[in-house]
Amino acid sequence: MDLLTRLSESLQGGDADQVAELTRQALAAGLAPKPILDQGLIAGMTVVGDRFKAHEIFLPDVLLAAKAMYAGLDLLRPLLAKAGVATGGRVVIGTVRGDLHDIGKNLVAIMLRGAGLEVIDLGKDVAPERFVAAAQEHGAQVIGMSALLTTTMPVMRQVVDLCRERGLYGKVKLIVGGAPLSAEYAREIGADAYCFDGVNAVDVVKRYLGTA
Amino acid sequence: MRPLLERLAAGEVVVSDGALGTMLMERGLQPGACPERFNLDHPAALEAIARLYLEAGAEIVQTNTFGGSPLKLAQYGLDDRAEEINAAAVAAVRRAVGDRAYVSASIGPSGRLLQPYGDATPDQVGASFERQLRALAHAGVDLFCIETMTDLAEAQLAVRAAKALAPATPVLASMTFDHTPRGFFTIMGTTPAQAAAGLLAAGADAVGSNCGNGVERMVEIARAMRAATARPLLIQANAGLPLLQGGAAVYPETPEFMAGQVAALLDAGVQIVGGCCGTTPAHIAAIRAAVDRRARRV
Repeated sequence: MDLLTRLSESLQGGDADQVAELTRQALAAGLAPKPILDQGLIAGMTVVGDRFKAHEIFLPDVLLAAKAMYAGLDLLRPLLAKAGVATGGRVVIGTVRGDLHDIGKNLVAIMLRGAGLEVIDLGKDVAPERFVAAAQEHGAQVIGMSALLTTTMPVMRQVVDLCRERGLYGKVKLIVGGAPLSAEYAREIGADAYCFDGVNAVDVVKRYLGTA
Repeated sequence: MRPLLERLAAGEVVVSDGALGTMLMERGLQPGACPERFNLDHPAALEAIARLYLEAGAEIVQTNTFGGSPLKLAQYGLDDRAEEINAAAVAAVRRAVGDRAYVSASIGPSGRLLQPYGDATPDQVGASFERQLRALAHAGVDLFCIETMTDLAEAQLAVRAAKALAPATPVLASMTFDHTPRGFFTIMGTTPAQAAAGLLAAGADAVGSNCGNGVERMVEIARAMRAATARPLLIQANAGLPLLQGGAAVYPETPEFMAGQVAALLDAGVQIVGGCCGTTPAHIAAIRAAVDRRARRV
């Protein structure tokens, strides 16, 4: 089995030490950081995402795989930057104002990073202004909003409205997620999509970026 | 009142209460504010809500302590006030129900992921539950209700801490499942049967499910748990998944609809039936009536 396949499989098994070791070996063997990322780490996370989507594996397996991915990504990141490799796209993400629940949002961030995207994570209790300002500052293609509470869901509409005001609407895609959310709700507030979990969010964002 | 476990052992059905959060919102709780902070500032409102559920026919009335563990309160910088927050919640319900209903201490997740998936240690999470449970026990609750859990290991930490602290106090343990094409799982991958077995092994007296995707799914979950245990089951369903109407979230299942599923729940072995998000005193009154109709028929 070649090195990058082994890297992918170690990542799927959530073995962070092995992933770091194989990433080092791949670099030592003269492989460029970009194929190590694409054919090793991202390939592994794609399998994890597919198996999660099929309900064959669950959140714990995804979290361990993500930790393993970071062990490799941390080694590659400075090299990728030095080589001028562009990221797959930029997503600003956060839990909306008044809502302190971030486990789901963190998972989505992990999955997006696992797909090779750059994620600007604004944390929780994020005001509409901060979502929009961050998207403008970083030139993000997508804003992702999370809410666990029915009482904080309406903040999402404020973000959508602010994007309209600032002329971002239609240029930056707006995606929403969280336990009480639905596709109907996304449509009603004018968001571009509802994502039911992190893997679904990756699919949706890739579609927007034309990299699906 | 007769001890709860004695009634359950005799095959009786006991009705528990409905949602608390929406009732608190109607009484001034602001979005984003700590719901348990309300216990210190507005105890009279808690008492009024408990009275509404008592009058609707609930015999188990919950305290507003779902997020009352120090780890959870720390998100609001209120962990140093855990004791008074939990005590105030128990006192308010007790003033409302006296000995006409069981005062049930609600204990929700810590909000942290256990190692190796997250950064919290079992000792840390267990100690946090233990401190909340101690405050609740000291304030004089009739039972503990560990609910909305998705990680079996975390739920077991809470159940074990409760049994170690107050072995004679009944412990109800309840988890939240998603429906998938492959069956029901918590977000952490635990099935209803695994949850029932694991929670009972940790010492729970009754096990079940709360929150979730509406009462019809709960019938299926109860059946799956019944296949794993003959012990009493509890179900506290949401009034469906919220829909948006005119800017406000509305839960679609009516009191009549939920009450219409009560017979199926009881047939599946459920002995404690109540509501979760989106349910109101009207839902509980309808469930009460359905339980009573059924009792007369038997």
